[in-house]
Amino acid sequence: MSATAASIGMTRRLAPRTVLGAGATLLLLAFVLGASSGAYAISTAQLWGVLRDAWQGVVEPSPEHLVFMNIRLPRLMLGIAAGCGLGMAGAVMQGLFRNPLADPGLIGISSGAALAAGVTIVLGAWLWPVLPRTLGSWTLVSMAFGGGFLVTLLIYVLSRSESGTRMALMLLAGIAINALAGAGLGLLSVMATDEQLRSLQFWLLGSLGGARWSAVALVGVVVLLACAASLTLAAPLNAIALGESQAALLGVDVERTKRRAIVVTAFAVGAVTATTGIIGFIGLIAPHWVRMIAGPDHRIVLPASGLLGAALVLAADTVARTILAPAELPLGVLTAFIGVPMFLLMLRHYRHRI
Amino acid sequence: MSMHLRRRDTLRGLAAAAGLAALPAAFAQQGSKPPPRLITISGAITEVAYALGAQDQVVATDTTSLYPAAALKTPKVGYMRQLSAEGLLSMKPDAVIATTESGPPVVLDQLRSAGVKLELIEADHTWGEVQRKVQAVGRAAAREAQAQQLQRQLDAQWADVQMRVADDMAGRRRPRVLFVLSHSASPQVSGEKTAAHAVIGFAGGVNCLSGFQGYRPMTAEAMASAAPDVILTSNQSIEAHGGVERFWQRPELALTPAFAKRSLVTQDALLLLGFGPRLPQAVDELHRRLLAAA
Repeated sequence: MSATAASIGMTRRLAPRTVLGAGATLLLLAFVLGASSGAYAISTAQLWGVLRDAWQGVVEPSPEHLVFMNIRLPRLMLGIAAGCGLGMAGAVMQGLFRNPLADPGLIGISSGAALAAGVTIVLGAWLWPVLPRTLGSWTLVSMAFGGGFLVTLLIYVLSRSESGTRMALMLLAGIAINALAGAGLGLLSVMATDEQLRSLQFWLLGSLGGARWSAVALVGVVVLLACAASLTLAAPLNAIALGESQAALLGVDVERTKRRAIVVTAFAVGAVTATTGIIGFIGLIAPHWVRMIAGPDHRIVLPASGLLGAALVLAADTVARTILAPAELPLGVLTAFIGVPMFLLMLRHYRHRI
Repeated sequence: MSMHLRRRDTLRGLAAAAGLAALPAAFAQQGSKPPPRLITISGAITEVAYALGAQDQVVATDTTSLYPAAALKTPKVGYMRQLSAEGLLSMKPDAVIATTESGPPVVLDQLRSAGVKLELIEADHTWGEVQRKVQAVGRAAAREAQAQQLQRQLDAQWADVQMRVADDMAGRRRPRVLFVLSHSASPQVSGEKTAAHAVIGFAGGVNCLSGFQGYRPMTAEAMASAAPDVILTSNQSIEAHGGVERFWQRPELALTPAFAKRSLVTQDALLLLGFGPRLPQAVDELHRRLLAAA
């Protein structure tokens, strides 16, 4: 089965172990680069001191210690979790839709989260004035997660037919619901005050600036579970690459695979988007990059997309928080600036197959 | 055996060196304190810091801090709603003075937990807002005496301006004023609970728009029915339109009484709407120009 899957696609590719090793190395490099650069000057010697103190436990932490442990490190960890979740979910979606242009936004997670975030920012004060008192800054996060999940559920229900979930139906329903959410956001932006509009705008551009350990723990656990679950989808997705009926003949429960793929994606991308806002293009380009060098076997594509996604987000965020220091750029701007040229190159590369 | 001894000695030596190295830092904290380093976020708050003579203490400002000109040369921490915790801390501030609109909240929490004093001032468009800014910056900059003095000065100016406006407007019809803001794309007009609404009222005019809060897009029919006698706008809006002539060409304004007389008052946005120490001056100027234009 994997031999058949591997014979599709391009000719020269690297061994699985090499690809995963390269992904991990890239991630490690991005992490070291991110850890050692930032607006707050922390020299390498100080960084070692901080790490030593963190290991031994320290009574009176230095300012460098506080900045690194409470601001920079949680941000790096959130970047890893976010990039990993987005990259992996992108690979799952492209496998499921058997379409190189698929990304997690297609099943409504991002637009649902954006709409819910917009409603919370603009109308939250009079729709549910009590909520922020109990949930505090988690209000926006939980609303966005809920919104993303509900819209995904809606699209899933709309794509059901007598013969199971139909991907073409899901694609169209997704496009329609995304357009509706876009219109809702447009309406909200008319009703919003200047400040609310700016908040919404920044949310839509994504940022890791809200990183704190509690959020890292939450997103980290969800993404870790989703990644573990996605690895069990590798073999069924390889079979689905041959066509749904062929996969069924090979003994794959196609309907169950679809359901699980959607749940895994909804949880991973939902948790990431709810905490960071919309980080575009990672879910689209990471799997493509991996497939170009490693071929279409999902047993490699899924974990390697996660590693590459994490490395890309860390690298983009390092630029985002240093290039204008002490101010910073929204992360979504940079992932698009890096993502779009790569996407265009990729289109050119695949021009004979589209 | 001797190897072991030597290693233990080396360790002890290292520990002693570490202890000694920590001493000067502890002394520095107890000794004479340098003046607090400030980050001021919002144009008016920066103005207050400069008015208090604390310019050497201002280590960074935000992108809305445009006055005085020296404030433009300070490092910029970005837009007030998109602050970066590490960026702010890299300027090593002792205090950050901002409005309650600043954020994101997580970043403010991180500043607090890093031991930075945070002063947040609510914008309610009253004279009290200006007073609170002066007090907050005075506290944060350890310049309470100067703050008291500035406060007295400003209060006197304010009482003066208010009295003059009341005298001039006694028995006179208050001009209906439309405030138009169009720094970028589509022009917006101000309703209730805006800085423009408050300033128009202070200067003896009346906002010709009511029944909604905040800013709305300008539409021709609504402007005709609002019937403003005077159009008030910012210099920046006129520049964005490419001059006064172009501004009057806007179709939304054509059916207003103000258009017939071409009565237009322009003012710098930060001076007019900032609610900083120049508010008495801004209101005084606006008052005179409203009377002249109406």
